[in-house]
Amino acid sequence: MLEVDDLHVEFPTDDGLVRAVRGVSFGLRRGEVLGIVGESGSGKSVTSMAVMGLLPDTARVSGAIRYDGKNLVGASDKEMSTVRGKRISMVFQDPMTSLNPVYPIGYQIAEAILAHENIRKDAAMKRAVELLEVVHIPNPEERAKAYPHELSGGMRQRIVIAIAMANRPDIIIADEPTTALDVTVQAQILEALANAQAETGAAMMLITHDLGVIAGQADRVQVMYAGKVVEAGTAEEVFYRPRMPYTLGLLGSLPRLDVRSERLTPISGSPPSAVNMPPGCPFSPRCPMAAPECDVEEPPLEQGMTATHFAACYFSADVEGHTPDEIFRSTEAADAASGSSAREGSR
Amino acid sequence: MLAYALRRVLLSVPILIASTFVVFVITALSKSPISDLRAKNPPPPERTIELERQRLNLDQPLLERYWNWLLGLFRGDFGPSVQSRMDIGAEVVDRFIVTFRLIGLAMLVALVLAIIVGVISAVKQYSGVDYTSTFLGFLFLSLPSFWFAILLKQAGISFNNAVGEQVLFTIGDSSVYVTGGTWAEFTDALGHMVLPTISLALLSFAAWSRFQRASMLEVLNSDYVRLARAKGLRRGTVMRKHALRTALIPLTTVTALDLGAIISGAVVTEKVFQWQGAGTFLLDAIERSDVYAVQAWLLVSATFIILFNLAADLLYGVLDPRIRYA
Amino acid sequence: MPDATETQQSSPLTGQPSETSPAGQPEREFTVPERSQTQMILRRFLQHKLAVASLFVLLGVVLVAFVGGALWKYSYVDITADESVPPSWEHPFGTDAVGHDSFAQVLRGTQLSLGVAVLVALFSTIVGTVWGSIAGYYRGWLDTVMMRIADLVLTLPLLAVAAVLGHNVGGSWWLIAVVIAGLYWAYVARVARGVVLSLREKEFIEASKALGASDMRIILRHLVPNSLGAVIVNATILVAIAILIETALSFLGFGVQPPDTSLGLLVSNAQTAVSTRPWLFYFPGLFIIIIALTINFIGDGLRDAFDPKQTKVRE
Repeated sequence: MLEVDDLHVEFPTDDGLVRAVRGVSFGLRRGEVLGIVGESGSGKSVTSMAVMGLLPDTARVSGAIRYDGKNLVGASDKEMSTVRGKRISMVFQDPMTSLNPVYPIGYQIAEAILAHENIRKDAAMKRAVELLEVVHIPNPEERAKAYPHELSGGMRQRIVIAIAMANRPDIIIADEPTTALDVTVQAQILEALANAQAETGAAMMLITHDLGVIAGQADRVQVMYAGKVVEAGTAEEVFYRPRMPYTLGLLGSLPRLDVRSERLTPISGSPPSAVNMPPGCPFSPRCPMAAPECDVEEPPLEQGMTATHFAACYFSADVEGHTPDEIFRSTEAADAASGSSAREGSR
Repeated sequence: MLAYALRRVLLSVPILIASTFVVFVITALSKSPISDLRAKNPPPPERTIELERQRLNLDQPLLERYWNWLLGLFRGDFGPSVQSRMDIGAEVVDRFIVTFRLIGLAMLVALVLAIIVGVISAVKQYSGVDYTSTFLGFLFLSLPSFWFAILLKQAGISFNNAVGEQVLFTIGDSSVYVTGGTWAEFTDALGHMVLPTISLALLSFAAWSRFQRASMLEVLNSDYVRLARAKGLRRGTVMRKHALRTALIPLTTVTALDLGAIISGAVVTEKVFQWQGAGTFLLDAIERSDVYAVQAWLLVSATFIILFNLAADLLYGVLDPRIRYA
Repeated sequence: MPDATETQQSSPLTGQPSETSPAGQPEREFTVPERSQTQMILRRFLQHKLAVASLFVLLGVVLVAFVGGALWKYSYVDITADESVPPSWEHPFGTDAVGHDSFAQVLRGTQLSLGVAVLVALFSTIVGTVWGSIAGYYRGWLDTVMMRIADLVLTLPLLAVAAVLGHNVGGSWWLIAVVIAGLYWAYVARVARGVVLSLREKEFIEASKALGASDMRIILRHLVPNSLGAVIVNATILVAIAILIETALSFLGFGVQPPDTSLGLLVSNAQTAVSTRPWLFYFPGLFIIIIALTINFIGDGLRDAFDPKQTKVRE
């Protein structure tokens, strides 16, 4: 239904060309949930904004984003506005800033309906109240007249979800929908999203840096690093038989109840800057398995043991079947040893 | 909203009272008319000086003088002038009416232009229009208003010479004698206002358009404008209903805060164009060390500024629900 | 910038930590080279071409005014035999009706106007920053009282009050600066308070509070360095504003008094001579514009240098 083909997004800045997305391809089938995981700067949000056609004018986009056979890259504002909010809708990261402070929330939901349907204003307001009920806002009649600042972050995110499902879209893109919220509220918002998806039958792109968010939700998972997809597969495959050290590292930094482990295994270092990217695998400076060949050429995304599982690593066969502890343990020990002296040096 | 409005109104009462004291202190720090009298050549007899001191209440202790002045204000008496014939209250009101005409029009012109230019350069950021208006903004902000006013005056004279008819007036706020009824009076007043308005509006326009651009840019980059676009609203609708509507709110505060600077600017403008307005009233009063006249002028403008700020606060409350319920 | 501990890496085969350079840089250079805060600010400022050009022009003007003024063959009080002559090699900016060399007068006016402006910027920045920071940091009743006082000062038209007070100081240039600064500090206080208020909500302040740091330590180690950028930018632009206020005050006749002179006074004297002896009117005005404009551009460059947020691209 949605097909992203070799998407590139670049931003010219003072420091040089930022290559935020470097050849990303994936597909989204009707009704499925695709989890996209990656650290900040991995290009996952830029990818979603490209799908919505909401990148700033300075962005240079190439490749194709096909929705129902139509290419959305380079589509006019007029064409895009019939897709946005109607066929593809979006939930943003920070509910505190996603709603316009000067309009009542009921109006802001009704606005989404009125943008695509030719109905009367009071009918749209009635629908807005119904939507508030669907996302479990108590006293929806009354709340519809409230302003965003009168609601909590969790409530506001429910409103944003209500806006996203207002026109029964085919796709809901949720970009870090729980990141800005309290842990206790996160689960409720995920449930509300699952509800919204069930209610509308939409497919969902769930974008997050937190594998835990995706765990119970996604059918397929795609891991992004430095503007590229480095591993993709079914949730089962990616979670239990990862073939890329980075994925393994992400899993190791996640607290789990089902596996006994004394401590978490962090990945050292931080992602590379998207300017002046040297050749080779972008993860190699942080990778415990990096070999000389990793710095020569970037490994392509290659099929693994099954037709659905792909990874971009020369050693994916070696990775599979290992625990994060086994691969990353050495780095951590090294960190502990050199950490104190380095810390003193930096002060 | 009612509670908010009430609180705001009540809050400005003590500020008004405090400002009467500040105004009094400032004039107490200014040059005393008695020292002017002493400096006269030949010096008047000590007896005359003493009588003048008593007439102006300058023999009273400071606080007593303040209290008496304050009591006088409630009776509509602004105190004695060094020009014994002048009724300060009546004169200052007359003069301010002339000046408010200038200030009102200049602010309106500056505001409308600033919003248009600010919004356009924000929407078309880094375009030729944006760079041009940015550069002009900087230039206008660096322009000494008195110098520019004189230049305008000169340009007005050249324009009149070129047309061969007195279209733009460069001296005074109106002609002494106008024939031809209301319409003629109106065009005459307008002819007198064009140049001073341009000169006074320019500085505020420059500052406000910069501010409006920044405010609009911030809103354009905000999440809620992105969400509005994500809803499927067209670019124009989002601009109008979400971006512009919200980006205009902070301008109310800035406009109110700048009123003092505009009144100051009016003093300069009136001097250059020789208007018989409040500005020249103040300059004459300072020149003559006419303490009560200066005091009256300061009081009227402080009151005006406080009330204007109150109005802006109330308007802000109407426009921004976050303030209203806070 | 990533901490040195975060950029640690180990060589793949041995599992041993690789050597790190003394500066804590990773062996393999991966990101754009790290720079110190000051270097970054300097580099960003130098990228602002208009600001750099302005800096040179302003330095030139200052040099001409202070060094050139001392070397020039005429002093601003000298009365030459040439009356009302247009610009020539002998008198680059011409002379006035009395025979004053206009070039010498403009240089003297520039000295005084710049002196007043810098003093105003200095005084009001110091007073306003301290005032606003104390109010913003301690908040509560102290904040209310202090900011009400500042608000009261703000309810008065600055130039008008400066004229009232300036009439009494008899043209002493540094007293004029004190009068203007005595009114302008309230604006600075407002800005400073805003900066401090937003800073004190930041996590690193809360963190050091939680660690038991004293108020003094928080103010010196965190608030001052972090608000320095905003203060410097404001103080720079303040010089431009102050020069416009001083010249306007002198123009009205309540600033610098003859026989001394200021750029505003020169324009005022030349008011009636715009068409007959234009050089008397244009040169002092041009100097005011050049000074104010270059300072505004420098301020803009500094703002960009200290606050690069505007040029950053989202993720």
